[in-house]
Amino acid sequence: MKVSTTRNFKANAAEQLANETLRAALTKSKGHFTDSRAIAAENLPEFEDLRDQSRDIKDHTIENLDFYLEAYEARVKESGGHVHWARTAEDARNIVLEICKSVDAKAVNKGKSMISEECAINEMLEENGIRAVETDLGEYIIQLRGETPSHIIAPAVHLTKGQVEESFRANHTHLDPDRILEEPPTLLDEARTILRQKYFEAEVGMTGANLLVAETGSSIIVTNEGNGDLSQLIPKVHIVLASIEKIVPTLEDAATILRVLARSATGQEFSSYTTMSTGPKREGDPDGPEEYHVILLDNGRTDMIGTEFQEMLRCIRCGACMNHCPVYQSVGGHAYGWVYPGPMGSVLSPGLLGVDEAGHLPNASTFCGRCEEVCPVRIPLPKLMRNWREQEFEKHLSPGAVRVGLGLWSFFARHPKLYQLATGIQMRVLARAGRARGRLSSVPLAKGWTKYRDLPAPEGRTFQSRWKSGERPQ
Amino acid sequence: MSDNRETVLSSLRRALGRSGPVDDDTATKLRARMVGHARNTVPARTALDDAALVELFETMAKKVHATVAHVPNMSDVPGAVGDYLRGENLPSEIVMAPDVTLDAAPWEENALLEIRRGVPVESDQVSVTSAPAAVAETGTLAMFSGPSHPSTLNFIPETHVVVLPKGRVVKSYEDVWDAIRAQAADPESGRDGQLPRTVNFITGPSRSGDIEQTLLLGAHGPRRLHIVIVDGE
Repeated sequence: MKVSTTRNFKANAAEQLANETLRAALTKSKGHFTDSRAIAAENLPEFEDLRDQSRDIKDHTIENLDFYLEAYEARVKESGGHVHWARTAEDARNIVLEICKSVDAKAVNKGKSMISEECAINEMLEENGIRAVETDLGEYIIQLRGETPSHIIAPAVHLTKGQVEESFRANHTHLDPDRILEEPPTLLDEARTILRQKYFEAEVGMTGANLLVAETGSSIIVTNEGNGDLSQLIPKVHIVLASIEKIVPTLEDAATILRVLARSATGQEFSSYTTMSTGPKREGDPDGPEEYHVILLDNGRTDMIGTEFQEMLRCIRCGACMNHCPVYQSVGGHAYGWVYPGPMGSVLSPGLLGVDEAGHLPNASTFCGRCEEVCPVRIPLPKLMRNWREQEFEKHLSPGAVRVGLGLWSFFARHPKLYQLATGIQMRVLARAGRARGRLSSVPLAKGWTKYRDLPAPEGRTFQSRWKSGERPQ
Repeated sequence: MSDNRETVLSSLRRALGRSGPVDDDTATKLRARMVGHARNTVPARTALDDAALVELFETMAKKVHATVAHVPNMSDVPGAVGDYLRGENLPSEIVMAPDVTLDAAPWEENALLEIRRGVPVESDQVSVTSAPAAVAETGTLAMFSGPSHPSTLNFIPETHVVVLPKGRVVKSYEDVWDAIRAQAADPESGRDGQLPRTVNFITGPSRSGDIEQTLLLGAHGPRRLHIVIVDGE
């Protein structure tokens, strides 16, 4: 599995907050996805109903997941495809390698896939002398830079066009060094030309799946560029790497989820390309892959079933939660230290990596609730993050200062008289200290707050004491 | 890896609070749900008559940067394709699907077009295909792979021209599912009970927002998607 640095979230976040280029990139992207999503939702009166139905479809499927997986498997085989089961990321890597070796593959073209990131497929391919070519523009850019995606649908959202230009100049050394390459259209043209040749060179094409359909044994991918299509249509072998919770019962169920997916992700009514693949090419088909393999990955997901985190398996990976998250929008995706960033990552990563490894992440939330508001399948992300925090606390994994602080707070909270007395004194002291400026730039025990911003100074009395003395809003 | 299969399935069942597969009653219900093809909510925006449906398709397709032209009959299609290519300053060599819908047009009368039928190669600039269906809801074309429609025609050339007889405009994706199921079941279709290997829903030309969220057309697939709607029978 991909190495995680989630334990270092605080340090990672501090480093990212100080990164001026990242600031510039995040500021530029801000609002694009959120505004478009709001418009798309408004343009579809049935949007809220479709969200409810999508949630119900996913819940129903997970409750009967063993049944639907077996049904799906049978249909894939009937249509001439192969199904492989992977319990762990290592199993998935071994299966991919075995398939690649069976056709003596020198290169694998890849459509965007977060599961591939989770299983560290590229690293494994390179170790075995097989070239992995990321074909999604964003993935291609970060592959050149040796980076990982910072967003599940916009992998290079943390980069500016200047950085992309720099990487293209450093890597495409066969091209004229004096060429003009400043603007996004010229950058895209260059990537298109270079990747074009690669499509015809690979023996294997790999994609993920947004959905697997039990009724037909089909896999469905959703893209805007068309790279996932060229990757699966031209090479001899198509491998689909998908996690087990991608299953839906029928094509009708798939249609419902597709209606909320693009709208929640980019705010498009429908992505440019929605592609359904069933088996290998048929007799008489002039193109398409000769072999079709599906790898069904568990990697910790069954362990979440039957627990308070089961609802997380509804996730359709649209990215709406991170687009709307004030924490993600400030620190970017890399601070989270593993494959899945933002609120969905803060819930999923401890599930897949363990709370001792990724228990920091659920603390990276202001609990503003925006993620839950926009989640197309209504995952109660703040509640699930709170559940992880409780587990972290119970397992004595939270730092000593936090435990002492929480212990003190809970003592006062259980003794209202003392609470009022203590907060009253605190307010008066802070009000006096901040009298001159109305704000405080350093407060004992509150460095976590005052390091990055001032604390507004209280005006002298607590809410409770003002209420008690009869003060009411005008 | 067959032990992986057993391990995953049995741990799933344990997690779901069962010791084995679902009981017979449940299995019957689940199977019925899978073959029942019950529709969930389908947006009401497509509750329109045929003419308005074609209009909605056109409006939605243009919104996502497809271009649309109308011709009265199939016999006018080659002229319209030629006009479009000249107007956009594009080459007149085209690679065309070996498809009976397109056979109905008099291509030989348009001497300026140089036509090859079949699978595209890397250097092909323009493809022409028909679309077996189009979804009004989002301005989406539906393409089915098969001997008469290589899927790569939808992706390799920079310009994709699609001929769409107007009667093929349907309301929703669900209508397309019904169409592919009916085709699979029809002994005349040559599908032999199978779905097409690839079903492509295409909504506008290829695009990317991966560089600073700037919308750019023509990322890997076609830069231009031109739809010729045939209004007559």
